[in-house]
Amino acid sequence: MTTDNSSAIPDLDFNTASAKRSRKFRALKDKIASSLIGFGGISVIIAILLIFFYLLYEVQPLFNSAKIHQWQDNEQAVEAYPAPGEGETLYLTLEEQAEIGLRVTDLGQMNFFNSRTGAMMKQVQADIPAGASVTSFALASESSRIFALGLSNGQALVFKHEYKSEYPDGKRVITPSVSYPLGEAPIDVADTSLDLLAINGEESDFLLVGGGKNDLNAAALTLSESLFGDEVEIETDNQHLPELNIDATKVLLMPDRRWILIAGNNGKVAVLDLRNSEGPAVSQLLDATDGSITTFDLLLGGNALLLGNDLGKVSQWFLVRDDQNLWQLTKIREFEGADAPLVDLTTEHRRKGFATVDTDNTLRIYNSTAHRTALSEKLSDKPIDMIAFAPRANALLTEQDNMLTLYKIENEHPDVSWSALWEEVWYEGYDEPKYIWQSSAANNDFEPKYSLMPLAFGTLKAAFYAMLLATPLAICGAIYTAYFMVPTLRRKVKPFIELMEALPTVILGFLAGLWLAPFMEDNLPGIFTCLIIVPLAVVAFGFSWAQLPQKIRFMIPDGWDALLLIPVIILTTLFGLSVSSGVESILFGGDMRAWITDDLGISYDQRNALVVGIAMGFAVIPTIFSITEDAIFAVPKHLSFGSLALGASPWQTLTRVVLPTASPGIFSAVMIGMGRAVGETMIVLMATGNTPIMDMNIFEGMRTLAANIAVEMPESEVGSSHYRILFLAAFVLFLFTFAVNTLAELVRQSLRKKYGSL
Amino acid sequence: MNISFREWTKSGSPWVWLNAGAVAICIIMVIGLLALIAVRGLSHFWPADIMQANSTVNGSTTQLIGEVVQSEDVPTIQLREAGNDLPGDQEFMVRSLIKIGNRDVNRADFTWSIDYYLSDREYPEMLFAAERREWGNFYGYLRALKENGNVVGSYDGYDKTAEYEALWNDFENRVERALDIQEDIYQIEKHRIGAINYELERLRLKGRALELDGVTDQSRYDELENRRNELNAEYEGLQQELLDLYTLFNRDSYVAEVANGQQIEISLSKVVRIFRPNNMGFVEKIGHYFAKLWEFVSEDPREANTEGGIFPAIFGTVMMVILMSILVTPFGVVAAVYLREYAKQGFVTRLIRIAVNNLAGVPSIVYGVFGLGFFVYFLGGNIDDLFFPEAKPSPTFGTPGLMWASLTLALLTVPVVIVATEEGLSRIPRAVREGSLALGATKFETLWRVVLPMASPAMMTGVILAIARAAGEVAPLMLVGVVKLAPSLPLDGNYPYIHLDQKFMHLGFHIYDVGFQSPNVEAARPLVYATALLLVAVIALLNLSAIAIRNHLREKYKALEM
Repeated sequence: MTTDNSSAIPDLDFNTASAKRSRKFRALKDKIASSLIGFGGISVIIAILLIFFYLLYEVQPLFNSAKIHQWQDNEQAVEAYPAPGEGETLYLTLEEQAEIGLRVTDLGQMNFFNSRTGAMMKQVQADIPAGASVTSFALASESSRIFALGLSNGQALVFKHEYKSEYPDGKRVITPSVSYPLGEAPIDVADTSLDLLAINGEESDFLLVGGGKNDLNAAALTLSESLFGDEVEIETDNQHLPELNIDATKVLLMPDRRWILIAGNNGKVAVLDLRNSEGPAVSQLLDATDGSITTFDLLLGGNALLLGNDLGKVSQWFLVRDDQNLWQLTKIREFEGADAPLVDLTTEHRRKGFATVDTDNTLRIYNSTAHRTALSEKLSDKPIDMIAFAPRANALLTEQDNMLTLYKIENEHPDVSWSALWEEVWYEGYDEPKYIWQSSAANNDFEPKYSLMPLAFGTLKAAFYAMLLATPLAICGAIYTAYFMVPTLRRKVKPFIELMEALPTVILGFLAGLWLAPFMEDNLPGIFTCLIIVPLAVVAFGFSWAQLPQKIRFMIPDGWDALLLIPVIILTTLFGLSVSSGVESILFGGDMRAWITDDLGISYDQRNALVVGIAMGFAVIPTIFSITEDAIFAVPKHLSFGSLALGASPWQTLTRVVLPTASPGIFSAVMIGMGRAVGETMIVLMATGNTPIMDMNIFEGMRTLAANIAVEMPESEVGSSHYRILFLAAFVLFLFTFAVNTLAELVRQSLRKKYGSL
Repeated sequence: MNISFREWTKSGSPWVWLNAGAVAICIIMVIGLLALIAVRGLSHFWPADIMQANSTVNGSTTQLIGEVVQSEDVPTIQLREAGNDLPGDQEFMVRSLIKIGNRDVNRADFTWSIDYYLSDREYPEMLFAAERREWGNFYGYLRALKENGNVVGSYDGYDKTAEYEALWNDFENRVERALDIQEDIYQIEKHRIGAINYELERLRLKGRALELDGVTDQSRYDELENRRNELNAEYEGLQQELLDLYTLFNRDSYVAEVANGQQIEISLSKVVRIFRPNNMGFVEKIGHYFAKLWEFVSEDPREANTEGGIFPAIFGTVMMVILMSILVTPFGVVAAVYLREYAKQGFVTRLIRIAVNNLAGVPSIVYGVFGLGFFVYFLGGNIDDLFFPEAKPSPTFGTPGLMWASLTLALLTVPVVIVATEEGLSRIPRAVREGSLALGATKFETLWRVVLPMASPAMMTGVILAIARAAGEVAPLMLVGVVKLAPSLPLDGNYPYIHLDQKFMHLGFHIYDVGFQSPNVEAARPLVYATALLLVAVIALLNLSAIAIRNHLREKYKALEM
């Protein structure tokens, strides 16, 4: 090419209108692109961080305190209104939707009223025999809605309040009514005036206990439908109860109709056993509390006693079997309160919670299992006489000075507290405090057991056994691959083992559960034999190899030893397995499994920690292997060359020079492997029995946090405590792995810096 | 002796050998695992011989017909403890698991038998196996064929005669015919009636939407009503057609003799395939093998997923992975480009990089929980409120489904893509960028024309690794959209063709479900191995291609650096 035509090039004008436009357009495009990329990049990063905050957002309500404020209708606070009906209040309650209230008075009136306005909706007058008056009141349980009135003539009347919802014109209309589960006729309980009364029972069997302060009678009733089905026959069986002389103030009857609890003077409590072989007897008489008992009630389910005193303390008691197999009423826990005497206590209808008021007019809401005070608030200046929960525990009705006030309560998750999640809890029906995870059951008065400890324990147990297998294999393998293996082989072996990492864990889990677990059960002695003889065989082979004439040894250069060992290991393993039955007959009497359970006293599950350890170890090996190998391989060669030049053997160089330099990298490899083992779901889900037990036994299974989420999350009700606790479990997993991985990453980065300087 | 044991130990050689042993064990474990899956998975389709034997236990003799699935040595003591009366001279005895099929007669598909009890083992050529739509496999001797209840051919002996062959050929033809009719029925039921039902449901939702919008114009309701009547009429017609087909379908039946001489009659409408394994030559067996293999990858599952194929699971996995990669690629690449090319390098970017790296290590179930809470209940619930009020109270997007599963997995794999792309970007020499900028290109032009094309193999690697991870991930899917049996594929001929709100089947979950939740695990096990093999093959292939691309990429830049 010549340069003559350079003169032919016209003067380039870069400032023509079109060039300017084009430049402007390009600059604009560049700007748009950079802002778009900036926006996109940042939003992706935010989206990733969102996981953290969203989990926190779902978990956070668990630890909120309860709130209470006056009920509002259309943003208008509902004012206090005079208590409907005449007489002193014996009992207050609300219906499911908290729309209708019921007030039972000592004149035998049952007043149903609108809970917002106090307008009377229906009044039912109990049919009290002439000359008699109401002297006592007894509630079977809030959820049964059955209650009884005790009369001065020794008789009792039993009622049930019921509600029917209808939707004419798409609007809900609730109609209250009263029914008579034991018939309308009064029931004879005692000869004296019923100053005390207790009732409990279900369907066709009821028991009433009543009488004077020191003189109680029990009346057992059995209902049977007559032949024609239109009439109910009642059979009554009266029984006199032993005298106590503690000036009883309240009597309670447990739902099993065996135990009677009696509150007496000076904090005394008596326990009567109705099923004693020699007739009703006092099984316990104890000084339960200092001061005097002011409230005495049964918690939901009727198995736990709540006892409040004039010192402002509430304690929870239940019957626990002692060493001699006798049931003892035992104090389980005490709830904090102020010093003011308690006035009233009411229990929640669906949860193990209750509320108290004291003479200081302070309302406190507690949860028994979580041992938590969810709320403590002074409601007013006037003395509060009585409180009542709505069935959903979202509303509270108070009576003060014959005026009723409706409050709204926000108390979604009272059943969760630090102690309920992480500490031993004494659950109803257990002999001692325990860590238990049991999130659901068939019955309604079930006490949910949300201890995360067994799950956390199971997670660490699974990870421990997996690491036990994976760490030595992966690190030793990595050392050999990085340091001793010939490069040509290394280039093949490394990707091959890394490929394992991509193997879906569902496949490992399935093989572990369906193939390995039964295989191991059949060949247990063989597996343990292999554990011992394989390393021995490897060393023995190495030594004999060293004895071979050089001619043969040089046929296979150094660094190929691993391949030589493959047939050795396979043959040894086969040998180990083939002698399995023989070893079993010689050492374990023909059945190692039976030997473990009978002679060692350890229970054996087919899907146990050993299976999980092997399967999950398998999943973790490639992670640890890959990072360790990188760390060792990255140790600058001049370090090891220097050491070798000074006369150190390869092994000495490795242990004194290479490994110390690479140790932070190996540490981070183990950490990352650990993170993977902790969060692994499918393997543990499939290879263990998923029972949440706390036992380090290698022959038993476990349930991990991750597997628990996978099992229970789909069935969990959105927004419930259970749902949020599962989120908490996920959050714990997230934090744990994140922390472990960050630590590992930081160590690795510092390592990289160090190598950079070498 | 070349070297004394002491010297040898002192040199550290035993440790080196033990390390070598560790590598060897790792290799053996990987190969052993793959081999185990391959052998068990592939052998399932091979037609096993059917054994006939007499089993004499405590003096009473019964006949056993079935396939020997597995045999093992058991100590005689153990067997004796289980209540068997056995002679004491042998320490071990062989116990076999025999697939006796005929669940309708035997109540169970499998039985254990101690070989000591078995006598007169033989493999008669006349024995045939029938795969059925219910009650599992059938084994027996063909005795008669019936058409509308009338016998059209029968045979009583145990020898292979011309008469018998004719009967067998007739049998095969009739099965063929029944299968053809079945295909027609399937077409009508699945596609034509399915489409009608789908449109009827859409009409119902349209009507409900009109009501909700407060439309009072009666003509619009009438329009819907007319269409509905049309569809109902069409439906009636199809129903009649189906009725006729079913009459034809149920015409034939066969009578066969099962173990212990009992004769039973089975309708041909229940039969999927008949074959005589003991009579098959090697070539025939290979043909049978591939037919079964094809059925496995192309057909719907039968009998609670324990028989038949896994096509819907393959399809669901592929759909989910494609959707996921469509979502993950742009986001991952943009985030990586931002981090590497646009963001100011410093403490914050380092922190973000560590965070992104670590998210790859967060347990997948955590992503599942997040997906369920945030995508399904929060986003999905709001989408339903805004766009699908007519379908309420049944949720449209407010329930686990394909879209949320893809999105969750996209989130799970986005760190993989970011890390891989970033690595690719960092490998591009500065000089290349500077050259482009020096020639007057803007930053975006440099990125678009120079940097990204060069980094594309790295992106590819990232995406492939993401796909490989997503394809094998099961735990989060269990929360956000996978089901054991989906009634229809997420892609079909009904508008809007892709049903993102639908639940889907997945290979990994299929393994878990069939292997652990199935009522008949023993029968399903070979199928699970086959599914596992397929999944492993797909994932290994994806990973190997990622490795190949990575190596290729490295080579390319090596040249560039020189």
